[in-house]
Amino acid sequence: MILKANWKYNLCWLILMVAGFYLMNTLILVGVINSFLENMMVTIGINIILAVGLNLVIGFAGQFSLGHAGFMAVGAYATAIIISKTPTAGAFYGSIIVGVIVAIVAALVVGIPTLRLRGDYLAIATMGAAEIIRIIINNLKITNGPSGMFNIPQFATWPVIYIMACVTTLIIVNFIHSRGGRAALAVREDEIAADSMGINVFKWKLAAFVLGAATAAVAGSMQASYLQTIAPSNFNIMESIAILIIVVLGGVGSITGSFVAAGILGVVDAALQSFGALRMVIYALVLILIMIFKPSGIMGATELSFKRLFNRKNKKQESGC
Amino acid sequence: MTTLLNVEELVKNFGGLTAVSDVNMHLNDDELVALIGPNGAGKTTLFNLLTGVIGPSSGSITFRGTDGTISLNGMKAYKIANLGMARTFQNIRLFKELSVLDNVLIAMTAHYKEGFFQSVFRLPKFYKTESQIRKEAIELLKIFDLQNDLDKLAKNLPYGIQRRLEIVRGLAMKPKVLFLDEPAAGMNPEETADLTRLIRQVQRDFHITVLLIEHDMSLVMNLASRIYVLDHGSLLAEGTPTEIQQNKAVIKAYLGEEA
Repeated sequence: MILKANWKYNLCWLILMVAGFYLMNTLILVGVINSFLENMMVTIGINIILAVGLNLVIGFAGQFSLGHAGFMAVGAYATAIIISKTPTAGAFYGSIIVGVIVAIVAALVVGIPTLRLRGDYLAIATMGAAEIIRIIINNLKITNGPSGMFNIPQFATWPVIYIMACVTTLIIVNFIHSRGGRAALAVREDEIAADSMGINVFKWKLAAFVLGAATAAVAGSMQASYLQTIAPSNFNIMESIAILIIVVLGGVGSITGSFVAAGILGVVDAALQSFGALRMVIYALVLILIMIFKPSGIMGATELSFKRLFNRKNKKQESGC
Repeated sequence: MTTLLNVEELVKNFGGLTAVSDVNMHLNDDELVALIGPNGAGKTTLFNLLTGVIGPSSGSITFRGTDGTISLNGMKAYKIANLGMARTFQNIRLFKELSVLDNVLIAMTAHYKEGFFQSVFRLPKFYKTESQIRKEAIELLKIFDLQNDLDKLAKNLPYGIQRRLEIVRGLAMKPKVLFLDEPAAGMNPEETADLTRLIRQVQRDFHITVLLIEHDMSLVMNLASRIYVLDHGSLLAEGTPTEIQQNKAVIKAYLGEEA
């Protein structure tokens, strides 16, 4: 019954994704999108993967994590190390899976002790955990220490990153609208009530945290292979905060918001390239203004929904008749 | 009639304060029991002990489950809930930012399985289970006349309806025992009468045991087949409504001594 009712909306999303892909493809072929703009698009794509994953943890499961960059580093180094040794497309896709698995293990190790903490304490603990990951990478031989890795083969072109952004978003959105996602929302809303409803609060917190970490690893793999050079300093606390800014700006608890904010910040960032140091000032100003005039973020907690659009259209038609 | 829940010499200390001391009580299958007492008598503490929100200092709580009698001492609250014990809260604890339907679906979490890959990749099985539990939830909401509010956020419902939704949410867990913590608090006489009818109907139709804390004596005397009276943490009296109404110690606890 739901299957039949939902195929229309699912089809709409599919059309949107395919249309977006062909639009970009055509614009690149025609030459409207040059390599500078393509670079911007890719950055936006990677930021979308990161922000959507962090939004799951912060906005939907209600756990304030500041360690996203650490899991991103895990994915990035897994890909960098593997494809530097065997530069084949197969190895690249294998390396994404390896990165995800290592990130899941790391998230379990970090999450099991720290997710018992709340609010600020959890933020500090996850931040520390991300720093530990970065410092380990900084001191390993296989990761080439603080100088980082160069000449990583480029397999992550913009179509790959576009598809990965679509796939990770779909996985997270589908998770949110299922049994597990509802349990995570219950945990966010009221832990005591969730507990008395028979929901294993700790398990679902951990599930959301691990899923968020896994998508961060995918983003890391994309970045390593697209930029072809990575260093531990790319994954410090500032990177975690940059992702947090996208989530907060777009709206905590709105996946659509994360998309919009990643897009806006990507464009603003690119447009201000020529301003040099002044760029950070303008960037900060934009943030402050939005926080003053729309503290819940650009989208608040609302989502773009074809279901609602259709329903509204139907209602209009009914009242028109 | 057999005992479903048995409490023996239950004690709970908070530092130097004994909130519950030496309480013995039992709940049988399919009965409606009330727990009354003056403010601060330890009623909600006793509820929290029974539902595992806090652990007892000493004493035992046993529950007759599907495979034999089990001790609930030290068991986690969500596990106790999944044995078949649902509750409502004195100060409503709905999932406020979620829809009415989601509130009920969440309560059903333990009653169905959905694999991670099934839900993430939207396999046909996912749609099948999802439509099935949705149907169940909507049917339950229909009984309580909430079927037109499915997509409303819980926080936007009127106070009386929120209390009602909390009961629906408890019933969605398919419980054997339903604990109601002051269900009529803040309601006017008309709403209370409505609620009285509703609780009786729920108890009869779902064949569950109900234990309710309540200050509204009309509701208690109308509904309960047995009453426990708690005062200063210990059990003062136990009996039928008429017995309790005539009990000297109870009258003293509520009204003070005669001059």
